[in-house]
Amino acid sequence: MTETDPVTAAPSGKGLDARLVVRRGSFRLDVELSAAPGDVVALLGPNGAGKTTALRALAGLTPLSEGGRLWLDGVRLDRTPPESRPVGVVFQDYLLFPHLSALDNIAFGPRCRGVPKAEARTQAAAWLERMGLAEFAGTRPRRLSGGQAQRVAVARALATRPRLLLLDEPLAALDARTRLDVRAQLRHHLADFEAVAVLVTHDPLDAMVLADRLVVVEDGRVVQEGGPSDIARGPRTDYIAQLVGLNLYRGEAEGHTVRLEAGPAITTTERLDGPVFVAFPPGAVTLHRDRPSGSSARNLWQCRVAGLETHGDQIRVDLTGELPLAADLTTVATAELGLRPGSSVWATVKAAQTHAYPA
Amino acid sequence: MSDPVTPPDISDAPADTLTGGPRRGRGRTPGRMRGGAPLPLLLPALVGLVFLLLPLVALLVRAPWGSLSEQLAKPEVWQALRLSLFSATAATAVSLVLGVPLAWLLARTEFPGRGLVRALVTLPLVLPPVVGGVALLLALGRNGVVGRLLDSWFGITLPFTTAGVVVAEAFVAMPFLVISVEGTLRAADPRYEEAAMTLGASRFTAFRRVTLPLIAPGIAAGSVLAWARALGEFGATITFAGNFPGRTQTMPLAVYLALQNDSDAAIALSLVLLLVSVAVLAGLRDRWMTAAS
Repeated sequence: MTETDPVTAAPSGKGLDARLVVRRGSFRLDVELSAAPGDVVALLGPNGAGKTTALRALAGLTPLSEGGRLWLDGVRLDRTPPESRPVGVVFQDYLLFPHLSALDNIAFGPRCRGVPKAEARTQAAAWLERMGLAEFAGTRPRRLSGGQAQRVAVARALATRPRLLLLDEPLAALDARTRLDVRAQLRHHLADFEAVAVLVTHDPLDAMVLADRLVVVEDGRVVQEGGPSDIARGPRTDYIAQLVGLNLYRGEAEGHTVRLEAGPAITTTERLDGPVFVAFPPGAVTLHRDRPSGSSARNLWQCRVAGLETHGDQIRVDLTGELPLAADLTTVATAELGLRPGSSVWATVKAAQTHAYPA
Repeated sequence: MSDPVTPPDISDAPADTLTGGPRRGRGRTPGRMRGGAPLPLLLPALVGLVFLLLPLVALLVRAPWGSLSEQLAKPEVWQALRLSLFSATAATAVSLVLGVPLAWLLARTEFPGRGLVRALVTLPLVLPPVVGGVALLLALGRNGVVGRLLDSWFGITLPFTTAGVVVAEAFVAMPFLVISVEGTLRAADPRYEEAAMTLGASRFTAFRRVTLPLIAPGIAAGSVLAWARALGEFGATITFAGNFPGRTQTMPLAVYLALQNDSDAAIALSLVLLLVSVAVLAGLRDRWMTAAS
């Protein structure tokens, strides 16, 4: 279930309080966002959902439209130009200045904010030290690895001592191996960061590892927000269900029975009434060649195999029919059942493995 | 339920083994073919090559090598060369100061009529230089639209002065710089400026400390182009600034004039200009052309 109440900062209080409204052609972004100092909020959503636009609006690179507002630590920032906002940005491809060394990239922000040159370079050296990159001070960005460049970008953004740190897909440009290390380091730096951090990602794992709270954005609006575990347990849209790997259905509950909009019913353990979501993991689905006779499972549907693909060390089976669903089987089970696209099968799910929650 | 099931597509399972494959042939120059060129292309190509090189060869063949040092020792030659180098450099400086901001405006801002302004900026590229000279006279001449005011308010007259040479050359050369710099600016990622702004840089600081260093190669290439164009400028200069030795007589004017009565002197002067051009080309090749390609 969603968290009782996300931390709402009063406009006069500490932290971030924003309503990001940006209209561009037919697209309209309208996202309510608030966070207390020390919070790490992840904006999660598919491509084109408006996440990056939201980030740009926070940074002042895209102006807010009518109805938008932006308060940070009790100061109104709507009309403040980007260079005067206490905001640091880590861009998706870092945008380190190619003509400046790692050190001068980090010193750039303090220099622009009036710190004398020698002092700015001392600060930058300290940042490099903290990032474990002391020996790369004189290195041009071109010669840094992806992970090193990412750390320089984070240091450059933090060096201006921002009250709001924005990270746009901070791990997207890295290969899988580097990602693991950098994610762990970034988590460490974000945990140390005393102001608000907002990160944008389309990767649920990044979001769940790095953020305390997720705000899921689809088509310009917030469709769900809450802690990572709440979202993982109780997705409210197909997109989120797919991200966290659950089968998700919407229907009307009457006690233990949920009647779905498209036909069949699902028996659940929860006792609910009214509109609900039902979710269960693909691993909870058992497939049978013939209609099981003595099965205790109340949830039994006839399906047809639409496709098979490897999914980790298992086989993910896409099923259509009465109830479209995904099932995870071992390779052995798949072979024994002789599953092929087009095969007809029976699917069962135990009520105890479903999870129903109010819509 | 027997809706048509999409055909199985298990064949794409090992798709990720393909990654990393097509990156290979990077070092090779694309589009360069081995083997013979077809005759209909080869023949005109060779004729074209000869056509471009023959005049230069003739210049070298007919050069008065024996009396060359004597020809070049004449003070008029050095006077003209000095004036040419000075005015071309000054015209390039003017082009830089005015042209780079103009290029930035064209590349980075959106204003009504931008396309028209851009077309007008490039007009001097295609305008016959003599027409440019006439236009300059009408604008900045003693009785010109603006020239009259310059004369009566400040006592400044441009025509038939060295300053006039610089003005004429800048008028003709600046578009080269603007077009070159604008192209480089368009190719440069404007998000670097945004990154600089989020770090506290004003738009001007972002331009000065980030954009300018990034587009420096384009500015350098544009400057050389503009400088070479200014060095060879003839039509606008003679029309607007006249042909006074020591004051407005640049090398091209001196060459043309010498050709009337002393062709050896004209050839000697031409050789000097050829040498300067080759030096410029060599500089361009080493520094920027190879880097850009």
